[in-house]
Formats: sequence, structure tokens, C-alpha cells
Amino acid sequence: MGTQRRGGGARWREALTGYGLVLPSMAVFAVFYLYPVAHTLYLSFFNWNLTGDPKPVGLGNYEALLSDEVFGEVLVNTLTYSLATVAVTMVGGLGLALLLNRPGRVYGVLQACIFTSYIVSWVGVSLLWIWMLDAQFGPVNGVLSAFGVSPVDWLGDPDLALWSLVGVTSWKTVGYDMVLFLAGLQSIPVDTLEAAEMDGASRWQRFWSITFPQLMPTTLFVLITSVIMTFQGFDVVRVMTQGGPVRATTIYVYFIYEQAFGYFKVGYAAAAVVLFFVVLLGVTLVQFRLFDRQRREEAP
Amino acid sequence: MRTETHPTLRAAALAVLTLVALLEVTPYLWMMTTSLKSLPEVTTFPPTMWPLSPQWGNYVEVWGSAPFGSYLVSSLVVTVSIVALQSVLSCLAGYAFARLRFRGRDALFYVVIACLIIPPQVRFISIFLLLDTVDLLNTYAAQILPHASSALGIFLMRQAFLAVPQELIDAAKVDGASTLRVIFQIMVPLAAPTLVAFMLFSAVYHWNDYFWPLIVTLDETVRPLPLGVALLREQGTGARWHLIMAGNVILVVPLLVVFAFAQRRIVKAFVFSSMK
Repeated sequence: MGTQRRGGGARWREALTGYGLVLPSMAVFAVFYLYPVAHTLYLSFFNWNLTGDPKPVGLGNYEALLSDEVFGEVLVNTLTYSLATVAVTMVGGLGLALLLNRPGRVYGVLQACIFTSYIVSWVGVSLLWIWMLDAQFGPVNGVLSAFGVSPVDWLGDPDLALWSLVGVTSWKTVGYDMVLFLAGLQSIPVDTLEAAEMDGASRWQRFWSITFPQLMPTTLFVLITSVIMTFQGFDVVRVMTQGGPVRATTIYVYFIYEQAFGYFKVGYAAAAVVLFFVVLLGVTLVQFRLFDRQRREEAP
Repeated sequence: MRTETHPTLRAAALAVLTLVALLEVTPYLWMMTTSLKSLPEVTTFPPTMWPLSPQWGNYVEVWGSAPFGSYLVSSLVVTVSIVALQSVLSCLAGYAFARLRFRGRDALFYVVIACLIIPPQVRFISIFLLLDTVDLLNTYAAQILPHASSALGIFLMRQAFLAVPQELIDAAKVDGASTLRVIFQIMVPLAAPTLVAFMLFSAVYHWNDYFWPLIVTLDETVRPLPLGVALLREQGTGARWHLIMAGNVILVVPLLVVFAFAQRRIVKAFVFSSMK
């Protein structure tokens, strides 16, 4: 078909159809995405405990947050939980993917076994692990006792509880990093590796000079999604430890939830949400930039 | 030709993988055996692996101790409604963004991208207050409406629709097909793999969701399964682990069974939905 001159009527009809088709989704986004973000920002400038009138306090909530000792603890907890989990799942996921990256039914079954926990609910995993880690009767201490280790209070010891959550989270999510790395590995052209092998490159050299650089985009992607996922951690804390013992496992989103629904400090919680969103936005923008640059470099 | 890996190395790799796979799977086995034990058996140390005689009555007891039937109905109603709404709305909007020209289209698409990065944790306080003002807290609607459309779904469907050849659409239009017919009889079948992947992803996410129902439900009338099972422990009086694990089996095993049958599809769906 050649270029068609379309009349104003047809163009109008197309536009109207377009608006009609996007309208329901846009209504949902306006009410449940955009308005809440704006409204939360607004709330963050008030003191309000759900009853009576909100009292404007300007930047008071933000000042209070930044000088709140508890908030400082929460930041440290969140960073510890996030960075430790990301380190474990990324190194573990990459290692498993490298080992799994060969044909054969066995490898398919092993991959499925390791990935399974990722799609099981956080509630299911958390309940399971409260039992596994039970100090008195739990199987983990049971197995350790066979080696002469005395019972460990995995979730009750303030120095240990957060690390136990890191362990449980890594156990649940390492399979996800693994399948992403596996997808990345399988997109590396085989002939590049073969050529290097013909030239006498060792396995080690091939990994560092070909596989690793080619895997960079995947690695960045996994890093950023894992950081975002762990920053949003909540369920595991709510079910396993309720932030305790003595705040040892209170991470960011649990803190927000507690302020809003435990203490009804709505404005204070809203300010914490705003800071959270700013950080998340920053991480995401970095992601967009990196991937944009990469796309431009790839394009001829 | 690639040189074959040395047999010893391969055996070592397989051993490591098997060990990790066992670490991942054994806890589920333990959950199931615990659910069949008696109270004295779950309170011995060191614990035993197998129950002396399987206590199937634990399941009857836990099912009777909480309104599990109602939890299941809530989970089903909410998950099915969300997946259906998201799928239809994503196809409609995805088509408009991929194939129609209208003023403000690109700006609106940026709004979709923006929504992609606004997680529930950022929205819940305000939505809770909003639902409270319109008296919708503790309803199915409170669990469904905030998720009625998915930015990810629109994004994925738009990508898939962009790949459909224009001639197919033109031919259908010449035959007098309406826009809805074009979308659902021509575009959707061609984009079926993307749609199925998205539906699986969304179904697993909302079936498992704990955070949202925790915020917007107040009692057991509309409470979904994950929330109900989590409550088994909160109301718990210490070591009733055989019952809690029986409840947990009811929550976890259906998903494990589905996964066993659709394993390849589900893994692909998760990789696909996040990599695009």
C-alpha cells in the first residue's frame, strides 16, 4: 500500500479509540499510583495520628527522622541485610549457573529443585524456617548436635537474628539469580568461546576474558534488582521476628509499617516512605542510564 | 569443538549441585513429615525425621481450627480477578501504545514506565486512608482494585504487539473487523506466549501476596490463605509445630505441584518478566 492520505475524521477516530483503550488503566494508575505518591509527600509535612486534624510541621518529620537513633539503627540493619543477601545470592547464583550450564536432564531437575523456593510464598518459607531454626526442638540444631555443637538461638539472639534472616532470604532467592545468570550465559555466542579455546586459552582465561565481560549486563541487572528486592523486604521480618529481638531485625519497610500501623505516626511514616522512594528512584535511574548507554554502544 | 570437561571435575560439579539441591528441598520434606507427627514427637530433641505413625488427623484439626475454606475462596477470588483484569486491560492499553497514534501517547507511556517503579510499599499508607474514606476496607475490592491494571503487563504486551506485522491488521480491517476483534482475535493469539508468561507471573505473585491483604483486610471474612496460615503461629501457644506445619503444607504444596508440572514455563515467565 502506498502512503495513504487519511482524512481528519479517521485520525480523530483513531485517537478516540486510543484514549478509550488506555483510559481504564490510566484511571487505575491515577488513583492507586500517582495520587498516593503525591498524597504521601503531602502527609509527610504534617503530624497526624489518624484522629483530629493534621498539624503542619514543615520539614519537622524529616528532621526528626534524621536525628532518630532508632532510624539510624534501621538504616544499618537494612544495609546489612541487603548487602549481605545480595553478595550471597549473586556469588552463589553465578557459581550455580556456571556449574549448571550444560545439557542433560539431570541439570534440568537440579535447576528446578534450586529455583522452587523462589515461587513459594514468603509466609510459607518463613513459617518453615521458624520451625527449622527453633532453638529448642528445631532440626537445624538437631543436626548440629550430632556434631557436638550446643543449641544456637538463631532467631532469639540479637547478634544473630539478622544474619539468620539473611540466610533464609538467600536460601529462598538464590535460585532466581541463578536462572538470570543462566539466561545470560546462554546468550553468549558459543563460537567466541570455541575460538578462544582453539587459541589455547585456559578455562580460567576464558572465564575472565570472555564470559565475565559478556556477562556484565546480566550482572548489573541482577545487582540492581536484588538491591531493590532486599530494600523492600518485609514479609520475612513480619512473620519470623516482628523486628526483634530488640529491633535487631527491624529493616526499613517494617519500620514504616510499625510507625504507621503500630504507633499511628502517619506523617512520620510518610516522611520515611518519601526518603525510601527517593533512594529507590535513584537506584532505578542509575539502572536506566547504565542500560541506555549499553544499548547505544551495542547499536551500530 | 569444545573439549570435554575432565570427568573428575564434572563429578565434583555434580556433587556440589546435588548438595545445594538437597539443601533447598529437604526443608520441605521436613515440613511434611513434621505435619504428620504427634505433639510429643515434635517436642523431642534431637528431632526425629519420620513420624512413628502418621497423624493424618492433624490436617482435620488445623482445618477446623481456622476458616480455611473461606481463606481459599478469598485467595481464589482475588487472584483470579486480578489476573483477569490485568490481562484484559494490558491487552487494550498495550495495543493502543503499540499501534495507534494519538496526541499525548508518549507522555502517557512515560506514566506507565513511572508506575513500573512505584512499589506497593510506597503507596500503602495513602491507599489505606483512601479505602477507609470510601468505606472499602476489608472487602475483596480493596484487595483487587489497587492491582486492577499492571504497568508491567502493559509494557510487555506493547512489546509483543509491536512485533505483529501491520498487513495482518490491515487485512482484518478491510474485512470490517472492529478494534476489539483485531486485538483479541489477531493480536492476542500471536502474542500468546508473552501473555501466558505475564499471567503466570502475576498469578504466583498475587496468590502468595502477604503485604497487601495485611494492610487492607481486618477480619477473616475476606482474609486470603497466606495471611490465615501466618496467623496460625501468632495465635499459637508455643510448640504446636505439627499443626502449623500442616497448615503450611496446605499453603505451599499446591504451588509446588503446579510448579512440578509447569516448571519450564514458570522459570521462563520469571526470567522473561524481569529481563524485558
